[in-house]
Amino acid sequence: MLQNEKLEKYLIVKKEMLAKSCVRLTIRCPEIAKKASAGQFAHVRANGFMLRRPISISEIDKEEGTIRLVFEVRGEGTAVIAELRAGDTIDMLAPLGNGFTLEKGKKVVLLGGGIGTPPMLEVAKFYGADATVITGFRSASAVILQDDFKKTGANVVLCTDDGTAGEHGFVTAPLARVLEEGNVDLVCACGPNGMLKGVVSLAKEHGVSCEVSLEERMGCGVGACLVCACKSVKNGEEYYARVCKDGPVFNAEEVML
Amino acid sequence: MADLSVKMAGVPFKNPIIPASGTFGFGREYTDYYPVSVLGGMSLKGTTLHQRAGNPPPRIAETPSGMLNSVGLQNPGIDAFLAHELPLIANEDTVKIANVAGSTVEDCEEIARKLEGTAIDMIELNISCPNVKQGGVAFGVDPKMAGAVTRAVRENTTKPLMVKLSPNVTDITEIARAVEAEGADAVSLINTLLGMRIDINTRRPILKNNTGGMSGPAVFPIALRMVWQVANAVKIPVSGMGGVSTWKDAVEMMMAGATTVQIGAALFQNPMAPVEIIEGMNAWLDEQGIQSVSEIIGSVRPW
Repeated sequence: MLQNEKLEKYLIVKKEMLAKSCVRLTIRCPEIAKKASAGQFAHVRANGFMLRRPISISEIDKEEGTIRLVFEVRGEGTAVIAELRAGDTIDMLAPLGNGFTLEKGKKVVLLGGGIGTPPMLEVAKFYGADATVITGFRSASAVILQDDFKKTGANVVLCTDDGTAGEHGFVTAPLARVLEEGNVDLVCACGPNGMLKGVVSLAKEHGVSCEVSLEERMGCGVGACLVCACKSVKNGEEYYARVCKDGPVFNAEEVML
Repeated sequence: MADLSVKMAGVPFKNPIIPASGTFGFGREYTDYYPVSVLGGMSLKGTTLHQRAGNPPPRIAETPSGMLNSVGLQNPGIDAFLAHELPLIANEDTVKIANVAGSTVEDCEEIARKLEGTAIDMIELNISCPNVKQGGVAFGVDPKMAGAVTRAVRENTTKPLMVKLSPNVTDITEIARAVEAEGADAVSLINTLLGMRIDINTRRPILKNNTGGMSGPAVFPIALRMVWQVANAVKIPVSGMGGVSTWKDAVEMMMAGATTVQIGAALFQNPMAPVEIIEGMNAWLDEQGIQSVSEIIGSVRPW
């Protein structure tokens, strides 16, 4: 009784290394794939650890019944998840949280910084040629998903902090150029806080609405424990929103980065 | 099917399993997984007189077989709870426990008065939150203060009153006896143990609050020992909690003297934990030929 499909273990059908310490898992989970939307996340169990690790969903294939998770080995928990192989099962709660706005006809700029890049891929697939994708990485060795982004039909711009691939510099420089040209309805971003601050301020300057995907240490993942707090504003009043339930994607107007 | 029902402080529970305060929101977040009516009860998020923003993040850190949290009683305040949260769960067929946390005795009294005549079945007075600067554990580490705040709430409520105790004391039985003497109908224990972790690269504590409350399987043996000691020291029933994650843990808690068992951190690893514990307990009772779960309460045979 009371079993729920959210708690089954799911089969990993493919595992790839996209860069050093950067893993992509393709997971068969038809029910999750059916419900999932770009920008939502999976709360993944790391064997031997108390807390689950939130990992954003990079791609959703509703026909194949699969989703893809891309993550970087950051600590002991993600290292354990990275040991999983094709044929193993993965314990995850998904899809959780709110994703990005998906409205056909909008012209969008999608920005990803480092390991914040993967969730932008499913958004790029939705918008196709209506999207400009700007991704930034530390250096050439950390660059991931460029071919995948090109396949979506989006206009793709690559930046590296050290100039070893693509444009030399941060994603904010090409973003400023695209915004100057005008004709942008929405900016969506996921990446480190410093990058998000720059993106949000540029979007605001140009009067373009902006959505950001945030990260915080999480507990339950479903909004019950109030651990993953992010400072937000509603009706002029400051409060802590829940990244897992109210986010991870927020309207930039609502959150204080 | 064994009889899983128990009675605590005069309140009938259909089974002894209760998600613990702070891990179950106001009872709506887990309804995708199971209806709350399968639970014996639910202890709702700690509620203060006025809304509280809580502590800055990070508010959580992993520990070996456990975790630290420093949420700091973020909640919308008692009026918002009564207006916007309670109506949504008022008709649920489970024991609804309001967790009352005041920064002063007067706050606790006022919250208790506001809960009169509502759908709340029971009050759990929180004198043990380690993450707030006023009230909280300050009430819970001194028997006189613990007794005084218990008496104050007792005088302002007709609802069954349970007091949640802190383990961060030299002798928890002393506090338990003090609140029993001042009119508590039950005690619940343990709240979290004060702990800390440091990021060695930044030399910063992982929690922005520097310290936090520890929970999870690592604390279970300590919680079990304290439940056993308190159950032997007072006549009122005990609600046992602290690191319970399997049905076997829950059986141990009851054998140590707990009438009900609260489940907290285990929910983060497995949202189904309370349901699996109820089912596991039931299967074990049947296998043992035990008719009623209440037979195992306090049944440990100490050497």
